[in-house]
Order: sequence, then C-alpha cells, then structure tokens
Amino acid sequence: MNGVHDLGGMHGLGRVSVEGDEPVFHNPWEKVVFGTMLATMGQGMYNLDEFRHGIEVMGPAHYLTSSYYEHWLETLEKNLIEKGVIDRDELDARTQEFLKDPDSPVPQREDPELADSLSQLVRAGASTRREVSAKPQFEAGDRVRTRNVHPRGHTRLPQYVRDKQGVVERVYDAFVLPDANAHGEGENPQYVYGIRFDAEEVWGDSAEPREVVYVDLWESYLEPL
Amino acid sequence: MSDSYPASEAEIAARAKALESLLVEKGLVGTDAIDRVAGAYESDIGPMLGARVVARAWSDPGFKEQLLEDASAACAQLDIGGMQGEHMVAVENSEQVHNVVVCTLCSCYPWPVLGLPPNWYKYPQYRSRAVMEPRKVLKEEFGLDVDESVDIRVWDSSAEIRYLVLPERPEGTEGMSEEELASLVTRDSMIGVGKPRTPEE
Repeated sequence: MNGVHDLGGMHGLGRVSVEGDEPVFHNPWEKVVFGTMLATMGQGMYNLDEFRHGIEVMGPAHYLTSSYYEHWLETLEKNLIEKGVIDRDELDARTQEFLKDPDSPVPQREDPELADSLSQLVRAGASTRREVSAKPQFEAGDRVRTRNVHPRGHTRLPQYVRDKQGVVERVYDAFVLPDANAHGEGENPQYVYGIRFDAEEVWGDSAEPREVVYVDLWESYLEPL
Repeated sequence: MSDSYPASEAEIAARAKALESLLVEKGLVGTDAIDRVAGAYESDIGPMLGARVVARAWSDPGFKEQLLEDASAACAQLDIGGMQGEHMVAVENSEQVHNVVVCTLCSCYPWPVLGLPPNWYKYPQYRSRAVMEPRKVLKEEFGLDVDESVDIRVWDSSAEIRYLVLPERPEGTEGMSEEELASLVTRDSMIGVGKPRTPEE
C-alpha cells in the first residue's frame, strides 16, 4: 500500500535525533511488547508479514506521532484480535483496570518449556527462504525495470523505486512473498534479487553524486528490459 | 487498538500489561519466557558480537573472504547468528567505497550482530533521507565527512537479507589482538554512519 511507512525520499521530516548511550528498552512496557511479539509470533499466532502490515494500516498521522514500540503494540493487538486469540472487549476492560491501578502486577506464570523453545528460536532464526523448482528468471548483470504497480495490500516494493531501471547485482534464493503471505494467500515463494539503481535514475537532478542504491526485490516486482 | 492519539505513556503501558496478562491467563505465554527472550537483547545480543566478527575479519584474511562470501555462515563459526540474521551479507568499506544501511519500509536490522536498532534508525527522519541524500545525512547528522571522490552505496534492506558493514581497519592498529581490535569497532561503524575508533580515541 502507498502508506506513510514507505518513507524513502520523503521531505520535511526533520533532523535525525541521535540519543547517546541509548538503552535497548526505554521503559518496562517496551520490553514487554518486544517479548510478547517473540512469544506470540514465535508460536505461529500470526506471521511476520501480517505483523508488518498491521503497522502499515495505522493512520498516517498516528504512525508519525507514535513511538516504534507503540507501532508494535498496535499490530500485536490487531493481529491477536483478528486471529481470535484475544477479544477486543476483554482487552479494553483489562486496559482500564491497569489504567486505574498502574501498579497492579501482571499474573506470573512460569513456562520453562516455552522459554527454552523461544530461546532456541532466537538462536536458530526463522528463515523465510524456501526451495522452489523453477530457475531464477534473471541473472546477475541483467537490466530490469521495476513494475509500476500500486497494490492496496502489503508489498515490499518501495514507491521510490517503482517504474525505475536497474541492474541485477545479486541473485538470492527464493523467499516467501510478503504480498501474499500478509493476506492469507499462502507463501508463494519467489526469487529475490539485489537490484542496483543509479541515484540519477531514482532521484533525477536531486541525486547526490557518486551514489548508488541497492534494493532487494522479489521476482514479480521486476520485468526484463 | 487505540481510537485516539497521541496516547499517553500511561495508557500505552496499561495496554501492554493488559495484553500480557490476558495471554498469561489463557496459558499462551509465560512471563518468564517474555523476560528471558527480551532480556537476551539487553545483555547477550548486541554490537559487541558484530565487533568480534569485524575484528576477526581484520585479523584473518581467510575469515574475511568467507564473511564477504556468506556472512551468516562465517558468523556461525563464531557461534553468532539467529533471528533477523538468517541471511546476512557483509559489505566492505574501502578507500573508494563507503556503504551505509537503512530500511525505508520498517526497520530491518541484523539483530544477531548488532542487537536491536537504536531509535534514530527506526524513526522517519533517517529512513526518509538516507536513500536520497546519504552524503548530507552522514555529514550533518553523524559528523562523518565522506570524501567526494568516494562512492556511496546505500543498502535498503527491503527483503529478508540483512546487511553488515565491514568498516576499514584503522591505521596504527598493527599488532593489536582481536580483542583489542574489537574494542575499536562501534555499532555506528557497522551500520555505515560512523568510523571505528582509532587507538588514540
């Protein structure tokens, strides 16, 4: 979707704010949100593409005025409600209880088996690489054009590199296609290519000298030149 | 999901606790599991691991070759790897080339070698500008003046490949041990927005 999350080349957002000696989590709730994501996605309650899309569908003003882990909380709630894991009303009611009594503790429950399996998952990763029987359509050095498409759903083809010419720099393996997997349409794995774009092709006269941009794109985002 | 914004910090904290407590009560998560996996990124998984990788590459040409060929496999030799680093690629800085990494669509980042990203990497300012005016961003926001004769390569990690910058080894570090070298490698130098420290710094 042409959402506000797709930020490449947007003007007017201001200066980069670098925090010295930044902590990993700025407060306890960020740590809870991060751990809850690992614990729920790690058990397959939703997938990474559904998680990302849940952030993209936040309203643009809300997206730009909320913190990173608030984005995560939004998509966690949305996905867990949509999958029927929790109920919107019970979540709202429980939130009100904690707002009235912020120091009230979360019930403790030990689950060493889950803790071990999640630690193992962090260690082993969760690759979305898949074996496919087809051969890659493109090879390194091929010139390609990105498609001029504007899907309303999830995609990983940024707007700033649509309808642009580039060169295949690297041919990667096949990976789950986010455009399908975010919408319950299966994994539809496709080859991913590292595409090199000259800055002039992307930014025209505004390009800085001696810059190239590399973007990793799925096969269906590309057409041969 | 909130109906109004900006939400107060108190409201967000309450929502996070509410979500966790419901999942706990339903028997779907353990509080110990959440603490342990999130805590791992506070203590065990961070840029000190990437620094070990870079220091090894500076010290061992064979390892460097492997790192540039298949970064995930090379890191696995140092027992480094995992989630959000299943398919890592290392890109090498030189006198002619400076690499810098961004994720314009979200905040993809090589967790096993750098840990979780800093806020500036996740927020709109860097994500919008790094692909369009990298030289200016590096100079004005990070104090890194990349000579105009040097090519800048920006890596927008839009798929599941994760990029690690292999910075140039600082001068005056001949004879230093891997451990000493690792202490010079900063997080920012592995994203491409900084240089490693020099022995004098």
